Amino acid sequence: MRIQRILAGAGAGLLFGLGLALSGMMDPARVIGFLDVGRLVGAGVWDPTLGFVMGGALLVTLPGFALMRRRGAPLLADRFEWPSRRDIDRRLLLGAVLFGAGWGLVGFCPGPALAALSSGLAPVFIFVAAMVAGFLLFRLLAGGK
Amino acid sequence: MTPYADWISGALGGALIGLSALALLALMGRIAGISGIAGALVEGRRDGFGWRLAFVAGLVAGPLLHAVLRGGEAVAVRLDVGWPWLILGGLLVGFGTRLGSGCTSGHGVCGLARLSPRSLAAVATFFAVALAVVLVTRRVLGPAAGFGG
Repeated sequence: MRIQRILAGAGAGLLFGLGLALSGMMDPARVIGFLDVGRLVGAGVWDPTLGFVMGGALLVTLPGFALMRRRGAPLLADRFEWPSRRDIDRRLLLGAVLFGAGWGLVGFCPGPALAALSSGLAPVFIFVAAMVAGFLLFRLLAGGK
Repeated sequence: MTPYADWISGALGGALIGLSALALLALMGRIAGISGIAGALVEGRRDGFGWRLAFVAGLVAGPLLHAVLRGGEAVAVRLDVGWPWLILGGLLVGFGTRLGSGCTSGHGVCGLARLSPRSLAAVATFFAVALAVVLVTRRVLGPAAGFGG
């Protein structure tokens, strides 16, 4: 069971990284190209690709997740770990504000940043090191939660 | 506007990302949130350490496989900011995604598919803030402040 779970993790990660590379979203310039809506009216060429990436992903996950809802248990674990909370609290929104600010500053969110380590470029390692420091800082401030 | 071929690659790549999220759910019963997976690894959570580490290793190997399939041509990774902004951005992304319980994958690809009101609120918030930050940094401040160089 343990080796199967590790293989499942590796396979899902490989698929995710392949998708990020194919989509172009591993390149921060392409992400900024979408987020920079000033290009619609000013200088530069606006790049709608990120919208197609989200659309392509949701086209799979929307029906796929709905189908999974009807199943009793996953193949390699005892039960589905569906998030249960539905309330919108200050913590959620403040976290999203901070994440959005960092995303806009650099053009990296966690998945593409980790996948881009494959490029071996020093700036990517600097960003990921800072992101890891951010994870640890949260852990430190949030305590045992 | 950019070439149609880019949009098609985007949609296909997105579908692969969706398939990955669906596979993780069907096999492990887990939501594929990258910040959650990486965060748990960094915090040294014992349960699920193996599959999470394997996932991140696969995530880094994926683009290498893509380059091999393309005949050795790797995807460009172009950053337009210097290291002070990289560090601030990394800290904000790391801390913010943990405080807000998710990022573009957990709230975006998975949360929206679950029709979660929390995820919809998070996605609307981080997109709005990112758009505003890009507007200010790339359109108002510009290269003088170290953006878009």
